[in-house]
Amino acid sequence: MKTTTKALLIVGALALAACTNPDRFGGDGGALDPNAGANTGVVAGSANDPSSAAYFQQAVGDRVLFAVDQSSLTAQGQATLDGQAAWLTTNADYTAVIEGHADEQGTREYNIGLGNKRADAARSYLISKGVPANRLQIVSYGKERPIEVCSEEACYAKNRRAVTVLAAGLTG
Amino acid sequence: MMVRFLAAVLAMMLSVSTGLAQSGPLRIEITEGVIEPLPFATPNFVAENAGSADMGAQLARVVAADLQGTGLFREIPASAFVSGVSDFGAAVNYPDWRAINAQALVTGAVNVSGNNVTVKFRLYDIFSGAELGQGLQFQGTTAGWRRMAHKVADAVYSRITGESGYFDSRVVFVSESGPKNKRAKRLAVMDYDGAGVKYLTDSRSIVLAPRFSPTGDRVLYTSYETGFPRIYVLDVGSVQRRVLESAQGSSSFAPRFAPNGQTVVYSQATGSNTDIYTMDVNTGRTTRLTSAPSIETSPSFSPDGSQIVFESDRSGNQQLYVMSASGGEAKRISFGEGRYGTPVWSPRGDLVAFTKQSKGRFHIGVMRVDGSEERLLTASFLDEGPTWSPNGRVIMFHRETQGASGRSSLYSVDITGRNLRPVQTPDGGSDPSWSPLQK
Repeated sequence: MKTTTKALLIVGALALAACTNPDRFGGDGGALDPNAGANTGVVAGSANDPSSAAYFQQAVGDRVLFAVDQSSLTAQGQATLDGQAAWLTTNADYTAVIEGHADEQGTREYNIGLGNKRADAARSYLISKGVPANRLQIVSYGKERPIEVCSEEACYAKNRRAVTVLAAGLTG
Repeated sequence: MMVRFLAAVLAMMLSVSTGLAQSGPLRIEITEGVIEPLPFATPNFVAENAGSADMGAQLARVVAADLQGTGLFREIPASAFVSGVSDFGAAVNYPDWRAINAQALVTGAVNVSGNNVTVKFRLYDIFSGAELGQGLQFQGTTAGWRRMAHKVADAVYSRITGESGYFDSRVVFVSESGPKNKRAKRLAVMDYDGAGVKYLTDSRSIVLAPRFSPTGDRVLYTSYETGFPRIYVLDVGSVQRRVLESAQGSSSFAPRFAPNGQTVVYSQATGSNTDIYTMDVNTGRTTRLTSAPSIETSPSFSPDGSQIVFESDRSGNQQLYVMSASGGEAKRISFGEGRYGTPVWSPRGDLVAFTKQSKGRFHIGVMRVDGSEERLLTASFLDEGPTWSPNGRVIMFHRETQGASGRSSLYSVDITGRNLRPVQTPDGGSDPSWSPLQK
């Protein structure tokens, strides 16, 4: 019998390259814009000025709500959008991004698809009321930006929304 | 001699196992569902020179944690040892290990020289009174010492279960902090066990669902950096990233690599409609695979690259479908009660993992690729986003707790539904993606 220590070790060199890459995103990871997609911030202008974004948000109403897993507009939603269409027609310098959102009761990627359908439903309605298509973009945040944080229908109902967010000035 | 030994191991692998028969060969059949974990001992690895003792202890702890973490093994603490191992080359005193009912013994030796580490190990089948497999030696750097421990554990796991291991692997995920309505997200990568977290992006923009390339060197993910969801490909080593071009006025998300590492399958939303496309990452050439007016998303390739499993609400609610990798007619595979999403094809090709919503609860489950033998592995307020271990035996996912203070964190579970355990991350975690075994 050969000695047990002989030739029993198979040498396997591991290419364990030292990490030459510093952790450039260490620390607190940079500042977050806490309002991106959440629309909880105060928008420009005074609500007393009917051509201001603040007036649009508060007096006209910047959002419409949806039933669970639905993207069809309610009668109340259509009424809000009628107001938005009229305001956007009068205030022709504004463009808008319509944000579609979902509540947390769904998987992430499906909810992006669902938020997209909601935003597009609002956009299509505004276009049908005469707002030029090139002034309206859509984006879906899925379930990433709830405005209400409880896990109950009272919160979910407010999170299933399409919000028309104004930007001053026509692009291009 | 080597041939004879391999033949012996093969004979053990082929023999009918009763799982944990005390007098039988050292063998665990994973698929049988282990009731009683196999007791093993891993004494501190022997220091072969001055200054290696700490490393020897650390290596043994990581090897033991890997094995114990599978739920298939139970570590016998050093305090129970009758005798230790002070000489890696000396004969093992089997009666001393039998006395404490150890069935497997892992011994090791370590030599630290400057930045270089050499690790050797041997595995012994105590009841058979023989070494199981041959000793192995790994070389690496002090910075990469954990990988050497994972390599040892992978070899031990593999020899005892007959399956390939999964410890020398990484997980890319979304690190989450801040309250639910102002959640900050950034990409992070870590070892499978949560060690060595590195951040790959900052948290200025929402980032979602990173997915490893088949070689683990690149990551696809979705970012809102431009204000709209777009797909990026990031080199893990250099942290350089670039956006994948997508059609004007559309959003792109839910990307995954094909097994060839060159094709990306993803969802594109144009107007109200979300469909599945593929893109060649080098040429940017796109192909549309679905054209239903419903939401088609979360596509995942079969490991042979010939088919794609995805979710669609074309029937009225989310269900799973399989189609050819070139598109065309899709076959529905999920028929149970509730909604099915986020399908992921197992690396072994045999199963699809998914998220199921039913009666207000979320589950992680698996089914065969034809939809049969559905099995739910977890249940909670919100479980989502399964990813497979490289050997297809373990699933990692994220679980979100309920309410205003809800928080997301990572968990893993066996495909038998056993061994549910949290995966530690510095902050919250979501959307894990498990790498292949590292080379």
